[in-house]
Amino acid sequence: MPAFTPPPLPSDDKRWKIVNGTMRKSGFARHALIETLHTVQSSFGYLDDDAIRFVARSLRVPLSQAYGVVTFYHYFSLKPPGKHTVTICAGTACYIKGSDKLVAEAEKRLGIKQGQTTKDGQISLMTARCVGACSRAPVALYDGAVAGEAAAEQVLEQLERWAVE
Amino acid sequence: MTIEELEQIAESVRLENAKFDYEVNVCMDLACASQGAEKLREALVQAAAASGKTVLVRRTGCMGPCSSGPLVRVDPEERLYHHVNAVHAEAIVSSLGGEAVPGLQCDLNEHFDKQVRVVLENAGHIDPEKIDDYISCEGYKALMTALLEMTPGGVIHRITESGLRGRGGGGYPTGLKWSTVAKAGGDLKYVVCNGDEGDPGAFMDRSVMEGDPHRVIEGMAIAAYAVGASKGFIYVRAEYPVAVARLTTALREARRRGLLGSNIGGTTFSFDVEIRLGAGAFVCGEETALIASIEGRRGTPKPRPPYPAVSGLWGKPTLINNVETYANIAPIVRNGGKWFANMGSERSKGTKVFALTGKIANTGLVEVPMGIKLREIIEEIGGGVPGGHTFKAVQTGGPSGGCIPVEMLDIGVSYDALLKMGSIMGSGGMIVMDDTSCMVNVARFFIEFCMTESCGKCIPCRAGTAQMHTLLTRICEGSGTMEDLELLEDLCATVKETSLCGLGQTAPNPVLSTLKYFRNEYIEHIVHKRCPAGVCAIETGVEVLA
Repeated sequence: MPAFTPPPLPSDDKRWKIVNGTMRKSGFARHALIETLHTVQSSFGYLDDDAIRFVARSLRVPLSQAYGVVTFYHYFSLKPPGKHTVTICAGTACYIKGSDKLVAEAEKRLGIKQGQTTKDGQISLMTARCVGACSRAPVALYDGAVAGEAAAEQVLEQLERWAVE
Repeated sequence: MTIEELEQIAESVRLENAKFDYEVNVCMDLACASQGAEKLREALVQAAAASGKTVLVRRTGCMGPCSSGPLVRVDPEERLYHHVNAVHAEAIVSSLGGEAVPGLQCDLNEHFDKQVRVVLENAGHIDPEKIDDYISCEGYKALMTALLEMTPGGVIHRITESGLRGRGGGGYPTGLKWSTVAKAGGDLKYVVCNGDEGDPGAFMDRSVMEGDPHRVIEGMAIAAYAVGASKGFIYVRAEYPVAVARLTTALREARRRGLLGSNIGGTTFSFDVEIRLGAGAFVCGEETALIASIEGRRGTPKPRPPYPAVSGLWGKPTLINNVETYANIAPIVRNGGKWFANMGSERSKGTKVFALTGKIANTGLVEVPMGIKLREIIEEIGGGVPGGHTFKAVQTGGPSGGCIPVEMLDIGVSYDALLKMGSIMGSGGMIVMDDTSCMVNVARFFIEFCMTESCGKCIPCRAGTAQMHTLLTRICEGSGTMEDLELLEDLCATVKETSLCGLGQTAPNPVLSTLKYFRNEYIEHIVHKRCPAGVCAIETGVEVLA
């Protein structure tokens, strides 16, 4: 049987080399699928069709299986994120302290639903299952930075600052 | 590495620390870090340098009472300061050797007095990125003792003797699990640490992985020796980037010190650990789903038997334990099984770490002996419900658990007692709710979670949770009927009894427990079209007079 040759990189974007590095580290083993998808998402911000195809071919995983994994796990996103992302934690402690109202306020201000990005690509509104900062509930994350005891006014202020950038 | 060498390292750390007259420990756990603990640490370093005093400023893991953060502990005086920020740095440094900074001292004696620290013994005392700090607190001594002085069977005997039960929630006897894997045939076996703390409202495992990562690694290595495994995986949530970074550093340091790798301690035992990232799927906390995820597949559970202990990762015998379970191993090996068994209640030994959150004064991490009354945790350690509100329920076990009412607070915490109350121990989330929470809405919240997180493999869970959600939404909106309530109870029984894995089997618990203890709230919604807590927006054409 001829030795397996991984497919060429989709483009000369350097980030593909990082992705390839993750796969090489595991000897292009099939079980590296989730690890590799993590690398793609952290490098590109999301997973597009080309990326999923490339990873599936490189690891000799059926495309259906790769797509199945991407859509199964909440952490993976098929859409590019906005320039900024506000994430409202929807864990139990945050819910008890009224995080649903924060989400509603942000949805109203941005005119989008949770999981969506504003039309100008400026702001994404996400919810998280739990970020483990429950003792400071309710928690909002501004581009990943945790802000505890978040009040609707603070969230809206931050959105205003981003909107005028 | 030998025990003597470990002692030499510990001694050199002690000598190094003795050069400093004072130690200022800054909690850098997520809650404190989100309130400027890093800036505070930098300010303390600067203030210390300017003062001419010899001060060691150390970053540590979680000190416990997160609601009082950022926290700073000054040694040797053992003073705890709360709500500290960078402007206090100079005052703290100039107070060293003198009187405490006025108005900054944290007075939480009642909070700490009832706690017993085993898992969290080092948290708040060591720098989690320094292996030598861990070694100076008897770290890796248990591993070396096991390798050099005990047989694998001897280690398992000690764990069995301790009465330790799985801290992930199920409470399966750890010694029994280990001996099953040890007895399984084959050369290749795996040890897996379940760090997929998917239970929303719980962060004990995050704190342990971030604050004392070597403790988890040492526990895994001892387990690997006991069951005959040579390879380990830590499965961590991707939502915990700091835990991943700390564990990565810890693994590298452990390899450098020869505590992981080939021929550890000059013996024939070899063991190494890899980190695997979760990707946001609650069901992956279930062991067969977790295995599927490590293998790079969708996290769907499989029927058991065969149990992972016999056929797990890539079909090989696999030991899966939770973070906190592994964190208990080193102290048990060091101090003996009897020492551990002396703590706790009849059938639940040792201590349990809880993440105390919700409507409670002192939110944060607490570690208490099993058997302690819920009332002691909530009123004495937790400081009670703030803001003049009254306690309504405490939720344990996350989406698989239940809500416990005030009448049950005098029951001691144990696996069996919580199960009897219609909840479960779970991994340790403890969320306090007051009179502003609607229990029907809470039940709907959890069912919505389970509906979203259901992997879809078996119908009772996939369709059942969705139907339960519809019924609960109807009740919350005021359009539910008594028939709906009957149907809901019927569905609960079906989903509980016929689902494939733990997620579905326990998904009805929040509904069942609120129906059991707060049935009147359901009735109020259905019959009187009103939400007693004022949470649910019920629109009625007719004003209903109570």
